Amino acid sequence: MAEQKDIDALSGIETTGHEWDGIRELDNPLPAWWLWIWYASIVWSIGYWIAYPAWPLVSSYTKGVLGYSSRAEVATEVSAAKQAQAGFRAKLETASMEQIRTQPDLLEFALAGGRSAFNVNCSQCHGSGAQGFAGYPNLNDDEWLWGGSLDNIRKTITHGVRNTDDEDARTSDMPAFLRDKLLTRPQVADVADYVLKLSGQTHDAPGAGRGAAIFAEQCQACHGETGAGDIEQGAPALNNAIWLYGGDKETIIETVSNSRGGVMPAWGKILDTVTVKQLAVYVHSLGGGR
Amino acid sequence: MTFLTIGSLGFGGLLGAFLAANAVDTGIYAHGLLLVTFCVLGVFWILKQGGDTGGPADPESAIPYNDAVVRAGVIASTFWGVVGFLVGLVIALQLTFPVLNLDLQWTSFGRLRPLHTSAVIFAFGGNVLLMSSFHIVQRTCQTRIAGGWAPWFVFWGYQLFIVLAATGYVFGITQSKEYAEPEWYVDLWLTVVWVVYLLVFLGTLWRRREPHIYVANWFFLAFIVTVALLHIINNLSMPASFFGVKSYSLFSGVQDALTQWWYAHNAVGFFLTAGFLGLMYYYVPKQANRPVYSYRLSIVHFWSLIFLYIWAGPHHLHYTALPDWAQTLGMTFSIMLWMPSWGGMINGLMTLSGAWDKLRTDPILRMMALSIAFYGMSTFEGPMMSIKAVNGLSHYTDWTIGHVHSGALGWVGMVSFGAIYFLAPKMWNRTRLYSVRLVSTHFWLATIGIVIYTASMWVSGIMQGLMWRSYDALGFLEYSFAETVAAMHPFYLIRAIGGGFFVVGGLVMAYNVYRTAQGHLREEKPYEAEPVAVPA
Repeated sequence: MAEQKDIDALSGIETTGHEWDGIRELDNPLPAWWLWIWYASIVWSIGYWIAYPAWPLVSSYTKGVLGYSSRAEVATEVSAAKQAQAGFRAKLETASMEQIRTQPDLLEFALAGGRSAFNVNCSQCHGSGAQGFAGYPNLNDDEWLWGGSLDNIRKTITHGVRNTDDEDARTSDMPAFLRDKLLTRPQVADVADYVLKLSGQTHDAPGAGRGAAIFAEQCQACHGETGAGDIEQGAPALNNAIWLYGGDKETIIETVSNSRGGVMPAWGKILDTVTVKQLAVYVHSLGGGR
Repeated sequence: MTFLTIGSLGFGGLLGAFLAANAVDTGIYAHGLLLVTFCVLGVFWILKQGGDTGGPADPESAIPYNDAVVRAGVIASTFWGVVGFLVGLVIALQLTFPVLNLDLQWTSFGRLRPLHTSAVIFAFGGNVLLMSSFHIVQRTCQTRIAGGWAPWFVFWGYQLFIVLAATGYVFGITQSKEYAEPEWYVDLWLTVVWVVYLLVFLGTLWRRREPHIYVANWFFLAFIVTVALLHIINNLSMPASFFGVKSYSLFSGVQDALTQWWYAHNAVGFFLTAGFLGLMYYYVPKQANRPVYSYRLSIVHFWSLIFLYIWAGPHHLHYTALPDWAQTLGMTFSIMLWMPSWGGMINGLMTLSGAWDKLRTDPILRMMALSIAFYGMSTFEGPMMSIKAVNGLSHYTDWTIGHVHSGALGWVGMVSFGAIYFLAPKMWNRTRLYSVRLVSTHFWLATIGIVIYTASMWVSGIMQGLMWRSYDALGFLEYSFAETVAAMHPFYLIRAIGGGFFVVGGLVMAYNVYRTAQGHLREEKPYEAEPVAVPA
């Protein structure tokens, strides 16, 4: 290129003398602040390499003078967290459900742990507020399929419902009255009308009249003469406004026709005893505990 | 040359037919037929063109530039940009209102998300890079692009890659590697296209009529070479059948994770950073009509950026099974990368010194200046997020999404829009854009959209990270996962609104480019001083 100096008129800075499609380049030096921050970041990095594990070697790596390891760090944190809870957990391990309920500090710990475990393990089906969904019971009310005492709740959580993993799982088995040809379609409709009557809803009176006899023969043994249900058999009450699958006529017909069979895992096989106890105390506290 | 091209297309067509005939699944069958269609249409098009591989937009140009392929790039960039932004808006709304998944596998978030990322990065970003590298290398080498039909093969072959990838995603064909989802046969096709791209670029540099290679071309060359390396290594895999879509990666476990993030981080580094710095180094000084601030800075920051970037990938795997030493290297190299990244920002912004007044009257330059500002911001945020203590909070949260979009919408998007507006009147040989005021409209729509988007994701992401790690006084987790999702819902809605602004801006641009190509001029009040027309 030409040796003649090319000065940019506006800035007074010399250019490199080249030009590409009208673009020239000024010969400004590297900004000092830029250069020094960059040097600082390099110095800092070298310091970090000296302190922490950094460079791979043939069959090992530079360990760093601090002896840091992220595995050791997490192990320390986990053990500190466990240590902090160890006292309470040991007490919970041996305490009876009644003892937990009556000792305020134990109860507070159990409720906090139960809430946390509920959020992680139970909220997916029962909802974040334990409000339930169709097929998944609401745990805030005082209607219980398998009993609302602390011990009953604990047993339900430990063994689950209708699962194949636990022999002691809660199991009730309502027949599929239409599918198994125990009742005809009109009979199912009549029973549904009677159930509507039991729960105080508008219903077809003649249908309910016919349904009463069928109910007495087919349903009463489990659900009771007044439809009050039976927690010993896991038979839901039919004489109130609380429904697991829905209380409109169509849904009742579907339930009677094909039955239902919700499943809950045996949490005793997944969680430790203390966590199950905490969950039982927490669920019991939600409003409906007996 | 024409004979060779037709022969290659004939071979490609036969290969496609062979694949389709022996296909063991519908994916290969459909994509084989697509290859046949591509090759047949290609042959017809070449025959129809006669020997015309494209000439300069300006008939008085002394140099026989191929501006036709750049023009095609402007159209493709604009088209894929709008498509990619729209799909992004759709999936943002899906996250807000899950019912919009429509309960169909083809429209579920899991399939549309890679469609969005690939559409914006590879379809929009890739076409912008093809368009601008083809334009810039010709102008700064003062020569026509090398290889008669080859640049056209690169352009159309790349579009075929996009269509193969996109249709594959929707129908569930994926190798499940983020930003590298296309299966083995699509990867091979892209490799062929990319090698031709490299040869075309090198060939053009080879025949340059300037003594030196301009800085923009260093960045383009680094981008093309490194992306080839990343693409080939990360996609090494064994097909289950040579006539089926499924393949198995050569890597597994933590090695696979490290290879993947080495690839993905450098896709950001070399595709979205180095490549677009190439754009900046040409279009900013041209639009501002000022010399580049510092030649020395461009050399130092180029080599330091290239050398340091390639190490930074492991910062995506902090606190995982990746060994501590690799995490340390990933983090420290990211910190050392901060200033080399900012070298580009300094050179871009300081090039505007002496031309700052033009920001009032030239919305195109304003877009470019804003893009450099966003580049500076996200290349500070990135190293900061790579620090392990910060990463412990930010990783896996929406903060990452916000960071990516401040870089992608702010830097890549804005500088690309600037390039498209720069090129549109020149490539169609018009006196000016259809409307300069609509560029300003686009500028504000996009800027407001980006600010809403990134701000909402910062708040949502930091909140999400804090909720995940919060314990109560007795040592139990405070929140369930579902509670964190519920807390983020309002921010998802705000983000979608920001995205909506950005999409509308893209549509305004598409309209403006279309009218410019048509040769229309909107009657409007000019800015105080119309930007001085720079000879192409």
